Amino acid sequence: MDRRDFLAASVAALFSGSLCAQPSGYRRLLVLIELKGGNDGLNTVVPHADDAYYRLRPRIGVRRDDVLQLDGRTGLHPALKPLLALWQVRELAIVQGVGYPGPNLSHFRSIEIWDTASKSDEYLAEGWVARAFAGHPVPAQFAADAIAVGGNDMGPLAGSGTRAIALSDPAAFLRQARLANPLGKAHNSALNHILKVEADIARAASQLHGGMQFSTEFPRGPFGNAVRVAAQLAANPAGVAAIRLSLGGFDTHQNQPNVHQRLLGELAEGIAALKSALLEANRWDSTLVMTYAEFGRRPQENNSNGTDHGTAAAHFIAGGRVRGGLYGEAPRLGELEGGNLRHAVDFRSLYATALERWWGVSSAGVLKGRFAPLDVLRA
Amino acid sequence: MLRLIFAVVVLLPGAAAAQGMGAADARHLLNRTGFDARLEQVEEFAKLSRGAAVERLLAGAGGVARTPAPGWVKEWTDPRRLRQMDAEERKLFVREQIERGLELKGWWFSEMAATASPLTERMTLFWHNHFTSSLQKVRSPALIYRQNALLRKHALGNFGELLHAVSRDPAMLVYLDAATNRRGEPNENFAREVMELFTLGEGKYGERDIREAARAFTGWSIDPASGEYLYRPLLHDGGEKTVLARSGNLRGEDVLDILLAQPATAEFVAAKLWREFVSPQPAPAELGRVAAVFRASGYDIRSALRALLATESFWAQGNRAALIKSPVELVVGTLRQFDIGFGDPLPFVLLLRALGQDIFSPPNVKGWPGGEAWINSTTLLGRKQFLDRIFRVEETRIAMQRPAMREKLETLKPGARRFMQAVADLQFSARDWQRPFEGREAMVPVVLLAAAPAGSPSGEGMDYVRALVADPVYQLK
Repeated sequence: MDRRDFLAASVAALFSGSLCAQPSGYRRLLVLIELKGGNDGLNTVVPHADDAYYRLRPRIGVRRDDVLQLDGRTGLHPALKPLLALWQVRELAIVQGVGYPGPNLSHFRSIEIWDTASKSDEYLAEGWVARAFAGHPVPAQFAADAIAVGGNDMGPLAGSGTRAIALSDPAAFLRQARLANPLGKAHNSALNHILKVEADIARAASQLHGGMQFSTEFPRGPFGNAVRVAAQLAANPAGVAAIRLSLGGFDTHQNQPNVHQRLLGELAEGIAALKSALLEANRWDSTLVMTYAEFGRRPQENNSNGTDHGTAAAHFIAGGRVRGGLYGEAPRLGELEGGNLRHAVDFRSLYATALERWWGVSSAGVLKGRFAPLDVLRA
Repeated sequence: MLRLIFAVVVLLPGAAAAQGMGAADARHLLNRTGFDARLEQVEEFAKLSRGAAVERLLAGAGGVARTPAPGWVKEWTDPRRLRQMDAEERKLFVREQIERGLELKGWWFSEMAATASPLTERMTLFWHNHFTSSLQKVRSPALIYRQNALLRKHALGNFGELLHAVSRDPAMLVYLDAATNRRGEPNENFAREVMELFTLGEGKYGERDIREAARAFTGWSIDPASGEYLYRPLLHDGGEKTVLARSGNLRGEDVLDILLAQPATAEFVAAKLWREFVSPQPAPAELGRVAAVFRASGYDIRSALRALLATESFWAQGNRAALIKSPVELVVGTLRQFDIGFGDPLPFVLLLRALGQDIFSPPNVKGWPGGEAWINSTTLLGRKQFLDRIFRVEETRIAMQRPAMREKLETLKPGARRFMQAVADLQFSARDWQRPFEGREAMVPVVLLAAAPAGSPSGEGMDYVRALVADPVYQLK
């Protein structure tokens, strides 16, 4: 090894962490995937041994023969086949029955509750990730605190103190960022805020140049593209603590089976591609992937071959340090409340897991209460 | 240098106070109460006293939109008929409603861009953000249109009348679930929001008040045959109720009157008007006086605005450029300020959605939070890109006329083609716009910016104008 190679290797090691101890704190990346519209948890993680399931869903239920069985009671929708590989190496945790007390069935209100980690009857202005960053700042040298890929709302990243960037395509972002005008003096808080956002854009743009090239093949379509962007951002040495992706179209009131099949396929292929790319970038062990949605769907199918807004649902947690398996509680279809599932795990417990166990940030202040973290991570 | 020009223009009116308020004050009043401040208007208003200028704005406001409404706004489809439709028919119906929703947004956008009374549209938008209803839930563009006409009719009228009218407005009844509010099984949605968001504000009532009020509103419903308000006595709970310590066999109207009798209502609405027109943080003593005037006038909205626009805070230098323009204010204001002509409003409707203010589709019953929440990296870059491109419409038009481009246009889907065509049809003449400023170049930054620029815009002619518009201060009003 000559001197130049040695230097290059040291620099690479410094950034990739391969020669250092496990990355900690915000060097650990949180990837949130929003399933917009409310994903049907029951047809995603199927209680295939429960006759009540097939009674409630005579037309759209996933047939027992088609289910990818995980155990005698629980299985995955066949479109989720790409996730089986993660399940088998025990890097996929499935949390069943995630919801909250006093569920709200409006898309807008319920996603606001999830985004802000509020109580059902409480209005909070800032996203839960933003609140975490406000109390425990992300290192200033990071390119950004958080990045929302695709979509134009900031969701859980929204907050006045957060350096959060939204972009769909890094190249387009870099082109547009030339319009940022961060210099100048602020004489009031409105202008101060605008100048801060301008500076955030300029800073992120200055560090996000040059995307890593992967040999991983990403699925076609907007979600596959978003996954590629997320992998590029994760691979960038400048650092980012959280990335939010979203996959839309889960509001399956009509003709659910075809639509849902396609969406779950996109989701599973996307997560599988993300793992493959992050392994290339040596970041899979320092990444935690978590899905969320405003609600699950009504157990009883409707008359249009679909499902209406519901309450609790299953969600996925994946990553190189995840302790795979089933968590939460299988749906109790015999004990519905107003036709909907009771929740078994408060969604804020998932957030507490990310905050405490992943980032090492205390969660009680951020979540305005104590929510027990799940034991889904390996030491 | 620029700061110096600003100082001179701002200080000049002091000498001429006897005749009028001067250009800087005129600019401030016009921009804050409207969308823009054009040179000829600024110069005209500069000659008036502050009080006379406010009177002129108030006198010219209110009434009906002058942009012709879409032809279908009086149509109504009985929901029972809807249930009989087969899947294909239903799909076509839903698609038509979506098209109409876009058309309706375009209609309002066009009205805002064309109106002779920007204050009327600003207040209509203010009430839309106060008495929110969304196409996403109401799903009937015709009902949303009727609500908009109602809000405009009362925009500068009487708040009590507006509250009563909007409470039985069909779009509002749908939006806040009147259909499921019936005797024996009340739905508290409307009762809660009417107290929390429309009148008293949070913390000024108890859960019991909401439960009892919900019972008073039972029976308020819509006639499925006509889409009009219908009172159904059989669904009404005629029992004894107590709301805010007033007891009796209360009807919905009685509850609204009880809410109007509370001092908190005038204070709550006045504070919201303050944040819309004056500054992010109300000054308590002055706000109290505005609320008192509002209440004493029997909720006359003009009286409240007159009092608000006479406060020291409204005119204070420290509050100039202290508010962030909403997407509507930025986009409509820019088109009006630069006299940019357009035909099809579709690109602007989509732009407003991308910038976070999808009119007729507020995010939830609380409306758009506004203020600093308008600006994040995406929306700020979206704003800047719009401002960058709007001055290049000439280049765009020329580019679109190239044969290769025309061919490419033919391959686009109809929606995308319509969008591109609308962009190509935009009209802006830099020369016409600059002509009135000849010999008065110092007025350019005064007209365009609410305060001295944050950066140091430089250049000549239109380059200088574009640099001013790209300055962060252009985002402020």
